[in-house]
Parts: sequence; C-alpha cells; structure tokens
Amino acid sequence: MTSPLALDGPAAPPRANGELVFAEPWESRAFGMAMALHADRAFGWDEFQAALVARIAESETADPSGAEWSYYRCWLAALEDVLAGRGALAPGEVTARVELLTTRPAGHGHPH
Amino acid sequence: MTQQTTRPTPAQRTEALEQLLTERELVDPKVVDGFVARYETEVGPLNGAKVVARAWTDPAYRERLLADGTAAIAELGFSGPQGEHIVVVENTPAVHNVVVCTLCSCYPWPVLGLPPSWYKDPAYRARVVREPRTVLREMGLDLPESTDIVVHDSSSEVRWLVLPERPASTAGLSEAELVPLVTRDALVGVAKVAP
Repeated sequence: MTSPLALDGPAAPPRANGELVFAEPWESRAFGMAMALHADRAFGWDEFQAALVARIAESETADPSGAEWSYYRCWLAALEDVLAGRGALAPGEVTARVELLTTRPAGHGHPH
Repeated sequence: MTQQTTRPTPAQRTEALEQLLTERELVDPKVVDGFVARYETEVGPLNGAKVVARAWTDPAYRERLLADGTAAIAELGFSGPQGEHIVVVENTPAVHNVVVCTLCSCYPWPVLGLPPSWYKDPAYRARVVREPRTVLREMGLDLPESTDIVVHDSSSEVRWLVLPERPASTAGLSEAELVPLVTRDALVGVAKVAP
C-alpha cells in the first residue's frame, strides 16, 4: 500500500488485532483529506460527523440487506456534501473531473 | 482502456476530489500522506493496551482513569481527534461492558486507532443493542447468564472505552509484560483478555 511497515515494535500496524486500517488506497485518501481539511479548519468535525451519520442512514435505508455497504463510500459522500455546502465544490464538479480522468490516454498514470 | 459509462467508482471520485482540492490549495497531498501514515502505523490499540496495563498496576492511575478518561489517557501522551470525552468503564465478573456507535462509528481514536470493519458494520451496530449476548457469543465471547451486559452507545459527546478484567493468572507480571496481552477487542468489550 503506502510504505513498508514494521512487523513489530511501536510503529507496527495492529495486525494482531485484526485487519489493516484501510482496505483500499482510496479509503485512506478520503480519510486523510477529511483530516487535513479539518485540521485547516475548513469545517468543524461535528459538521462532518452529521453529514456522515446522514449518509450512513441513507445507505442503510436504500440497501437494507447491506450487500452494497461501504463505510468509506459514505465517508467520501459526506466529505463532498460538507465541501459543497460550504461552496468549496460546485455541483457536478467532481463527476465532471472523473469524466476527464477516465477519458485520458492509457499509460497516463491511471490508478487501476 | 474502456470508456467509463457506469457510476464512477469511489476510487475515481476520490482521485478527482483530491485533484480539485489540491489545485485549489485546500489540500496538500503531503499532509494527507502524513495523516494516513500516522493512523496506519502509530495510532492504534497498543496505546489503549498501555493505558490498561498502567491501570492494572497503579491503583491511583486506575482511579483517575475511571474518573476522567481523557485526562488520564493524556497523562500517557495519547490525545488528539476523537479523544475528547472518553469515558472508561470497568468490566467485572458481575458486569460486562461492550461499546457500539449505533449512528456511525464514534470511537476513541487516540487509544484504539481507527475502528475495524465489523465495528462500522450495520449488522453489529444494530444487533449488539438488541441481542448483545448472542452477538458476543457469535464473536467468541460466551458470558455466563450471571453476568449482566451493558451496551454503551458512543457519540461525539461520549466515547466509551472498556477497562477489561485482569486475568488472575497475570498476577506476577509487570506493566510492560501486561501490555501485549491486551487486545483491541477487549478494549471494545467484544472479548476478554485471555488468561
């Protein structure tokens, strides 16, 4: 994933206690962006948390079986909600950028 | 390279978002890297294990921990986001405490790191409130009927941490020897510390 990790000692990830913290790299980026923005006072944590609670509730209502459940998808949506609410993102802007990224030529550092 | 016609994947949306925020200088990718590295490697249940080992070996510290969790935890150098308002509850043979966040994923990050998948899962969040004994049994903790189970719902106002029972077999161990015995699951209350 990111850097080589020590297998023991104080810096070791909590392997003995279960899985690594992030299942996929994008989850760690979504997490880190929220932390960085909050540290810069782009939004209050309560504000982010309220958005997260709302997105989780929405996901559970829309998908009662939990087959599509993804905590960090809710996290990402909440982050976009808060940024859009504060005017840092325009409506449709992220989707437009995704389209731009997915139509770029092969070999251009596509992450998959 | 196929054209994307379906809903963007979260990985694609995340990349697009980071690019936009970086261009606007709202986010510095190196700062994001720093937060990720910190929570992947430094902030984790080892911190909570140190708190428990201290409480098991220092009665005065145990008192302070139960009286004001956040302050006593900060004494050991552990503080930061999601570390406000930590309340520590002690397990005994009569009462077993277990923690959940029914609405989202509130969790005491400075002592436990980020929550594991099962803690965030809708099934755990809904079921442990309704049928804690059954859920704990499914997770491998079979408590006697004589033990009362108390479920604590974490929120931004209170983040709960369990002080597990110290196994009698560890009577001769030092604080440093006790630390590796304390697991994350015991600090959430879905396991006991194995004798």
